[in-house]
Amino acid sequence: MLFTSYEFIAFLAIVFVLYYLVPKRAQWPLLLVFSYVFYYLADPRYLIFILVTTISTYVLSIRMEKINTEQNAYIAENKATLSREEKKAYKAKMKARKWHLLLVCLFLNIGILAVTKYTNFVINNINSFLSDASKLQLVDMIIPMGISFYTFQTMGYIIDVYRGKQEAQKNPFKLALFVSFFPQLVQGPISRYGDLSQTLFSEHKFEGKTVSFGLTRILWGYFKKVVIADRIITAVTTLVGNPDQYAGTYVFIAMLFYAFELYCDFTGGIDITIGIAEVMGIRVAENFNLPYFSKNIKEYWNRWHITMGTWFTDYIFYPISVCGPMLKLSKWSRAHLGETIGKRVPIYLSSFVVWFATGIWHGAAWNFIVWGLMNFVVIMISQELEPLYAKFHHRFAVEGKAPWEAFRIIRTILLMSCIRMFDCYRDVPLTFKMVGTMFTQADLSVFTNGSLLGLGITAADYLVLVVGFVIVLSVSLYKYHRGPVREALYAKPAAVYYGAMALLFVITIIFGAYGAGYDSSQFIYNQF
Amino acid sequence: MKKRIISGILVLALMLGCLYVAQRLLVPKYQKGIVEGSMIAEYYKDKSDHEVLFVGDCEVYENFSTIELWKDYGITSYIRGSAQQLTWQSYYLLEDALRYETPKVVVFNVLALKYNEPQNEAYNRMSIDGMKWSMSKVNDIKASMTPDETFVEYLFPLLRYHSRWSELKNDDFEHIFSKDLVSHNGYYMRVDTKAQGDFPDPTPLADYTLGDKAMGYLQKMVDLCKEKGIDLILIKAPTEFPHWYDEWDEQVRAFAEENGVEYINYIPLQDEIGLDMTQDTYDAGLHLNTQGAEKMAKYFGQYLVDNYDLTDYRTDASYASIWQEKVDFYNEMKAQQYSELEQYGELRSFGANAIED
Repeated sequence: MLFTSYEFIAFLAIVFVLYYLVPKRAQWPLLLVFSYVFYYLADPRYLIFILVTTISTYVLSIRMEKINTEQNAYIAENKATLSREEKKAYKAKMKARKWHLLLVCLFLNIGILAVTKYTNFVINNINSFLSDASKLQLVDMIIPMGISFYTFQTMGYIIDVYRGKQEAQKNPFKLALFVSFFPQLVQGPISRYGDLSQTLFSEHKFEGKTVSFGLTRILWGYFKKVVIADRIITAVTTLVGNPDQYAGTYVFIAMLFYAFELYCDFTGGIDITIGIAEVMGIRVAENFNLPYFSKNIKEYWNRWHITMGTWFTDYIFYPISVCGPMLKLSKWSRAHLGETIGKRVPIYLSSFVVWFATGIWHGAAWNFIVWGLMNFVVIMISQELEPLYAKFHHRFAVEGKAPWEAFRIIRTILLMSCIRMFDCYRDVPLTFKMVGTMFTQADLSVFTNGSLLGLGITAADYLVLVVGFVIVLSVSLYKYHRGPVREALYAKPAAVYYGAMALLFVITIIFGAYGAGYDSSQFIYNQF
Repeated sequence: MKKRIISGILVLALMLGCLYVAQRLLVPKYQKGIVEGSMIAEYYKDKSDHEVLFVGDCEVYENFSTIELWKDYGITSYIRGSAQQLTWQSYYLLEDALRYETPKVVVFNVLALKYNEPQNEAYNRMSIDGMKWSMSKVNDIKASMTPDETFVEYLFPLLRYHSRWSELKNDDFEHIFSKDLVSHNGYYMRVDTKAQGDFPDPTPLADYTLGDKAMGYLQKMVDLCKEKGIDLILIKAPTEFPHWYDEWDEQVRAFAEENGVEYINYIPLQDEIGLDMTQDTYDAGLHLNTQGAEKMAKYFGQYLVDNYDLTDYRTDASYASIWQEKVDFYNEMKAQQYSELEQYGELRSFGANAIED
């Protein structure tokens, strides 16, 4: 059931109505039931995977919790008799027991993710070294919807339980809802248990403002997804699907179109997710914060897919940075390579691992791995050049001035968009080749010779896209300079607020690229 | 708070009004060129009842002149037909019509029995969109939808036609709330002539059995007519293409015998009807032109008068005045078409030539 399908909208309407009709204590169980119905409707086989993840995480987290309780009780009981060393040794022993449980959970669940998503990728890579006769057969594997999202979300939970940062959820059904909460199953965000549980299991009474804010957010998401992303995707597909025909300036156009499409698709989907939760009084973590207003790539990654970035930082970057072997390496490198280079080695290594993992998490293809590593390279270079930037800013005093800040924003957009071309072309060498043609085969006549009308979208579509771009930009600028748009509209007379909602609804219904004649594409992040 | 709720309700009402107008604007009007999409809805505008009701595909709405049936025999008839109208669509259109009237005779053209599955969204739309909402329409939609269609798009046609915003024509604005008549009690007029050519040899079929779904709806049609005391006549129009296989003919004949209904295949009766397929067809033999449709009506009308207890309404003043308007409209359109033929050698305001770019 796609977010843009009529079935999903009907499903949503039923959930909303029932959510506020049932007794408040039945609200979260109702959501659990509907989340499983949602998953079942996508493919009944998916249920097996999500159940394995939920049950294993529940059982192991409860055992960890018992160890924590046992440990606390033992220490409290024997506080007077235990020496410091004995206490330390006891804690270490208990931690080792928890560590084993954590490893079982991680191996099982990351294993499921790896097997379902990466088996064919591995086979393809092995096959590239084998002769035609000895090539291995690809496996017909199902990839459960949203497996990357719910696996990471669940693993984040159990790591927090292991660390003692999070108390284990005793009610298996509540944990099941945390894992399967339907709005975020399709494309995230990757919620933290501590954040989501605060409102997910609470009782919510119907509040006009909350519901209308949620509905506005949903509408805004549909506008971006259906009016813009699903319209421009036709041109992007044509451009990147025919590299022989569309090189040079066309690649530049594809790059910008894809940047716009991905932004509207992904942020639109997240707006729908957050809006659905908001209608029911549930707070889901924000995943974007005006990423295209970032002035450098580091800032960009703090604003784009925020929950994924923080997940990788908290659960991969930090643990690797402070693990035993890394500390030893740090010591060794400082001793042998000098303080300046030595202190960077562990950071670079940890970052490399994070970006490699980020890349492969996005997709089982070398394109994504190279995309991740390109991000790593650019971030490292920009970090190394920071002193140089500082000198430049000091000398020319441009920092804070509008043209310079605009330049930085545009530079970041172009850089990120260029790296993102690895998403588009069929393989890495082709991507490099096509990006290269942007510089070697530039031809401005493509803007005037009418060829842009041959990309599967009409002049009317371009008009909608331009107007859509202006609307999205205006809303973003307002938010950047003055704060949330919904609050500002809500402060105005009610007719203005509801009028804006109605207008957005009418625009989306009429100008949306949905239904027959349009390829109702799945959300780009659906299979991640 | 109260003020906010009132504002919300007013805005909602305004929005629904806008969406309604948008829907009226964006749905195809079928006023020129492909006018078949207008014909189903025209039935509801008709002021009088009918003793003969035709249901079926183009082989009825292009081959039988309802006006000629009136002029020659005083028969009041209507054709509920649309392009490639499937058997179940004919059944539901009949069921729908029986909510308003009970004719004495129902005529069904059997060519559609060759189709046992939904075929084409555009034809579905032309047959179904014009129906008034009832369970007949709901069931018609369910029976007719192709896998890519959704019920909600029939319920709210705006969802299907929204993308027409960029291709609106003058007709869409002109006929946003009212449409002109395009048919003559369901008859589609074409006076031009294009002689019948050679048809391709019929392709042998792997299985000649008419499908369960189509035959099932034919059975329902028989049952419905019996229940209402209506005489059902099954016909195969006299046009020879698409090919009507002997095996199909035998099955329909057996079905008719079994159910005690009439079945007449007019293909072998072309000469008896007086059809000259070098003169009486406008599209090389697929459909009759008006001259042919009038001959067909004369022949079929005589059969109806001879075999069924129909009333000659020409002497009934209330019917006569209504039908005189129809005759006038018929004659006017006929004159206009002949005039265009004389002036341009072809029709300009009718048929494919009239489709706006």
